[in-house]
Amino acid sequence: MTPGADQGAMPLRNEQDIVMSRQTVRKLTQALKFSLVDQTKMITAASELSRNTVVYGGGGEMRWETVVNGVRQGLRLHFEDHGPGIPDLALALTDGWTSGSGLGVGLSGSKRLVNEFEVRTEVGVGTCVSITRWK
Amino acid sequence: MDRIPILQMGRCLLVTIQVDLQDQTALALQDDLSAKIEATGATGVLIDISALEIVDSFIGRMLASISGIARVLDATTVVVGMQPAVAITLVELGLSLDGVRTALNVERGMRLLTESQPESDLDAGR
Repeated sequence: MTPGADQGAMPLRNEQDIVMSRQTVRKLTQALKFSLVDQTKMITAASELSRNTVVYGGGGEMRWETVVNGVRQGLRLHFEDHGPGIPDLALALTDGWTSGSGLGVGLSGSKRLVNEFEVRTEVGVGTCVSITRWK
Repeated sequence: MDRIPILQMGRCLLVTIQVDLQDQTALALQDDLSAKIEATGATGVLIDISALEIVDSFIGRMLASISGIARVLDATTVVVGMQPAVAITLVELGLSLDGVRTALNVERGMRLLTESQPESDLDAGR
């Protein structure tokens, strides 16, 4: 990858941005030569988490970085908002639980699609979900 | 906002999703299809998603609710052409699309719809 392309950020404010985040992650995973299944998993996880940021976090941004561990390359994405935060994280990570009108698979499902998954959240301050998928 | 065109072929409605779906576009398709089923008396709906590179929980929910709405309106829905990578991801995400009939391709989907349309077969809706 060219220098400067290995990290970046984009806003997540509306539905159009959710589509843009998918397209961005597709380009990034293609550049890293992820397999088609791995691309699809990462794009789907990004779609879920972008929607969470827009719908529940009141908007925010997606940051990305390519990461290296020895000979392995990977892609790490951060979804950050300054929304209400998640009061009960364990509950929010339960399949089928939703605070809104969704199916309740966004957070728990995304976790299954990636290799590393981390949520930092504070009520009244905001939420940051970080995911990593290794090639 | 984009709208997905709905084609009529006999008693079937055909939808081919060829754009990266925005949430509003997916919701509009749900409304448009319900109205079209009512207006045309269609008994089958075929949704081709072979061009979709991902199906996330929002689109999955849209497909499930279209199937449900169509069933209540006495029409059968078949979703065809899901890419294998999409199927793998969808199941891992935790969506099995319960209640949504699927077929490998358009041809098999059409066969499902035309075979399940005898005039008096009330069980054909599922």
